[in-house]
Amino acid sequence: MIPLQIVTLALVALGALAVVTTHDPLRQTLVTGLYGLALAVLFVVLQAPDVALSEIVVSSVATPFILLTALAKMQGRRRK
Amino acid sequence: MSRRGRLILFGTSAGVFGAILVWGLTGLPAFGGFNGEYGQIVNGVAGRERHVTNVVAAIVFDYRGFDTLGEEFILFGAVMGVALLLREARDDRERPRDEVRSDAVRAVGLAMVGPTVVFGLFIVAHGYLTPGGGFQGGIALASALVLLYASGRYRAFRAASPQELVDFTEGIGAGGYAVVGIASLLAGSLYLQNFVGLGTKDTLAAGGTIALLNAATALAVAAGMTLLCHEFLEEVMYPE
Amino acid sequence: MTFLPYALAAWIFIVGLYGVVTSRHFVHLVICLGIAQSSTYVLLLAIGYRTGKKAPIFTSGVPARVGAVDPVVQALTLTDIVVGVTVAALLLALAIDIWKRAGTVDPDQIRKDRR
Repeated sequence: MIPLQIVTLALVALGALAVVTTHDPLRQTLVTGLYGLALAVLFVVLQAPDVALSEIVVSSVATPFILLTALAKMQGRRRK
Repeated sequence: MSRRGRLILFGTSAGVFGAILVWGLTGLPAFGGFNGEYGQIVNGVAGRERHVTNVVAAIVFDYRGFDTLGEEFILFGAVMGVALLLREARDDRERPRDEVRSDAVRAVGLAMVGPTVVFGLFIVAHGYLTPGGGFQGGIALASALVLLYASGRYRAFRAASPQELVDFTEGIGAGGYAVVGIASLLAGSLYLQNFVGLGTKDTLAAGGTIALLNAATALAVAAGMTLLCHEFLEEVMYPE
Repeated sequence: MTFLPYALAAWIFIVGLYGVVTSRHFVHLVICLGIAQSSTYVLLLAIGYRTGKKAPIFTSGVPARVGAVDPVVQALTLTDIVVGVTVAALLLALAIDIWKRAGTVDPDQIRKDRR
C-alpha cells in the first residue's frame, strides 16, 4: 500500500475518535465537518470520485445545517 | 441499569463482537485483490450498451435501477416523517424580519447564489458523463437556497421556495421515478427497462431513461432537502 | 498491512457504538450513529478496490485498457450517503419533539423522569 493510503486511513481513524470524544454538541458539529472532509479524501484515494462528491456535499452543507438548527432550538431547559 | 453497569456490559460485549468481526474480516480477499466478476463485466459493456461514460451512474439508474427506487422512497418517507413531526400551521404574515447586517457576508454570499445554482444544474445534467448525478446535484441545488438564508434574509429564503411548490416538486420527483418505470411497462418491456432511444455516446442526449431518472431523482432530492430546511428553520425562527 | 482498511472499518464501528452508549445529549447520539454508519462506506469501498486500477469513468481520451475498480460498491455507497443524512434529519426532528415534551436533552434524565 502506498503511503498516501496509510496516512489517509490514519487521519480517518483519528477523526472518528475525535468526533466521539467531543461532548459539547456545538464543537462536535465542527469536528464532524472535518471528519467528513477526511472521509472524502479517503474516497478519492480509493478511486471513487462519485462517492467523494456525495460525501463532500452532504458533510459540508446538509449535516452542519440540520445540526445547528436543531441545537439552536434546544438551548437550555424549556419552561413547561 | 446504572451508567457504570452499562459501560461494563458494553465493554465486554464490544470486545467479543470486535474479535468476531475482525476474525470474520480476515476471510475477505486481500485489499486490492478483489476479482468480482459482475463489476468487471459491467465495466466492459456499459459504454457499449448504454452509451454513457459514467458506469456508476449507469448502475445506479439502469442496471440496479430498482434499488434506487427503494432508496428514493426511503428519502421520501423520512422527509414526510419530519414534516409530520414538526409542521404546524403558522401565520405567514408574522414571519420574522431578520437580516444579516454584515455587508461583506451579504455581498459575497448573495453573489455566490447564482453560480451555485448553475453549478448544481451542471452536476445534475452531466451526471451520466462525468462524476455527479441526481443525488449530489440535488443537494447542491438545495444548498443554494440555504445560502440565500444564511447570507440574506429569512423572508427571501421563504419567498424563493414557496411551500406548495416544494411539496409538489417532491411528489413529482418521487412519483416520476415510478412513472417512468410504468411507462416502460406500457411500452411493452419490463419495469424500468430502457425503452427510449439511446442516442450518441458521450453527449448529453445519451442514455435513454437514465437521463429521465436522473432528473426525477434530482428534483426529489433537492425538494426534499429544501423541505427539511424549511421545517428546521421554522422551529428556530418562531420560538414558542 | 493489507488488512488495515478492514481494521479501520471495524474500529470506526466500535467507536461509533461507544459514542452511542455513553452519550449525554441527543444530538451527540445522532452524530455518533452517523459515524457508525460511515464505517460501512469505508468497508464497501475497501472491498471493491483493485490495486493499480482507476476510477470507473471512461470519458473520451481515457484508455479503457487500464481497467477500473469495482463500480457496483460505489453505486451502493453513493445513494446510501444521501439517504443517511435524511434519516439523521428525521432523528433530529424526533429529538426536538422529545425536548418539547420532556424539557431535557439527556437520555438518562428521561428515564429517571418516567419513574
